[in-house]
Amino acid sequence: MKVSYYPGCSLHATGKEYDESMKAVSGALDITLQEVDDWVCCGASSAHMTNYKLSVALPARSIIAAEKENLDVMVPCAACFNRFKMAQHHLRHDDALKAEVEGIVGDTYQDSVAVRNPIDIIYTDIGLETIEAKVTRKLTGLKPVSYYGCLLLRPPEVCEFENYENPYMMDAILKALGAEPRKWSCGTDCCGGSLSIGKTEIVVHLCNKLMRMAREADANCLVTACPLCMANLDMRATEGLPVFYFTELMALAMGLDGPNKWFKLHNVNPLPLMQSLGLQ
Amino acid sequence: MSTFLQEVNDKINGVPIQRCYHCRKCTAGCPIAFAMEYNPNKIIKMIQEGKRDEVLASSTIWLCASCETCVTRCPNDVDIARMMDVLREMVITSNLPVKEKNILKFHEAFLNGIKSGGRINEPLMIANYKMKSGDYFSDMKMGIDMFMKGKLSLFSPKTKDMKAVRKIFEETKAR
Repeated sequence: MKVSYYPGCSLHATGKEYDESMKAVSGALDITLQEVDDWVCCGASSAHMTNYKLSVALPARSIIAAEKENLDVMVPCAACFNRFKMAQHHLRHDDALKAEVEGIVGDTYQDSVAVRNPIDIIYTDIGLETIEAKVTRKLTGLKPVSYYGCLLLRPPEVCEFENYENPYMMDAILKALGAEPRKWSCGTDCCGGSLSIGKTEIVVHLCNKLMRMAREADANCLVTACPLCMANLDMRATEGLPVFYFTELMALAMGLDGPNKWFKLHNVNPLPLMQSLGLQ
Repeated sequence: MSTFLQEVNDKINGVPIQRCYHCRKCTAGCPIAFAMEYNPNKIIKMIQEGKRDEVLASSTIWLCASCETCVTRCPNDVDIARMMDVLREMVITSNLPVKEKNILKFHEAFLNGIKSGGRINEPLMIANYKMKSGDYFSDMKMGIDMFMKGKLSLFSPKTKDMKAVRKIFEETKAR
């Protein structure tokens, strides 16, 4: 399949290993990624927390650019995904705003492409059987908890994520890789998001709680699909377990090049865990 | 002259917040409530009571992380996260004092980054935040570590059509 690809700003910097593993996995699963032409930052929390119109106009410009290709848009960053879905929601339900935003962007919003996150694309369109068939090294002994966070899921009528209070798709993908995901009740809790810089102590408190709950669930790592959650969990928790992007683990299980290089970019070094499980 | 409640409702442009029957589900599920001056339910109550100055001067409106748990669980579909956005925007456009200055400075640094390149260059954005906040030394080691790992580059690709980006900022400015 072929999709438009909106990497967003993080995937070019702190979320570099998410971008690289996403591309490696997509290549192996025959998903062709075509980067959205001349994309602009989605504005993230900072736009919607301070200027509503700006928070719709910024993603609208990139969505309209993607509409020219008439392909679904894959948005790996949960924050960008949320802002894209939110912009679509407002443009659909507020004609006056739509007209104004179209004037600002200088083009028409067609509402012709779907904004999708890669968990959904990989689970729904590619499917577990295809993934299982590509696994060359089972991730035996790896006991992750799936951490979805907020922005992929909420608000549910905007994000349209399957089973938003008790999501299962990431666990299912991890099981297909041979890992042994643990059940826990914090997979949809908040890491503190953009408060990381302006109010660090709140984020430390939330991430420490998540780590404690992961340990209580007998997990040896956490898995995420959001560069903001990754940055907070990996860098703000006082005694953190290793944290992975789900695509890094997919690449590892499918025997693709890259995992050892990506793991070195993490703050909490995952190599001792991987060595102890013979997964390096 | 409209009341504070009407003013907030007009800006939310959705479910009016007097629909709230104070079940406090929003507050029970709020991950940040422990750190807030007034919890989310209390803010709704205060708006209903017309306490404009206290609400807009509170830390709560800046600490809300927009996790949207409250909105998801509200039995009356009150959009509390949007309400917090509206309250922040009222403080900014009326030029009122900001209780959590560094949080707003972070947002300003972030938006400055988009304004100058169409995309965020993380090290430049953080440098801009540090200049604004005077918080020069926190996270220094973390920044250096990431730099050494090649995660942060001072040069990252920008949006080519910067004229379009400037137009978006110009035409969405509060008037």
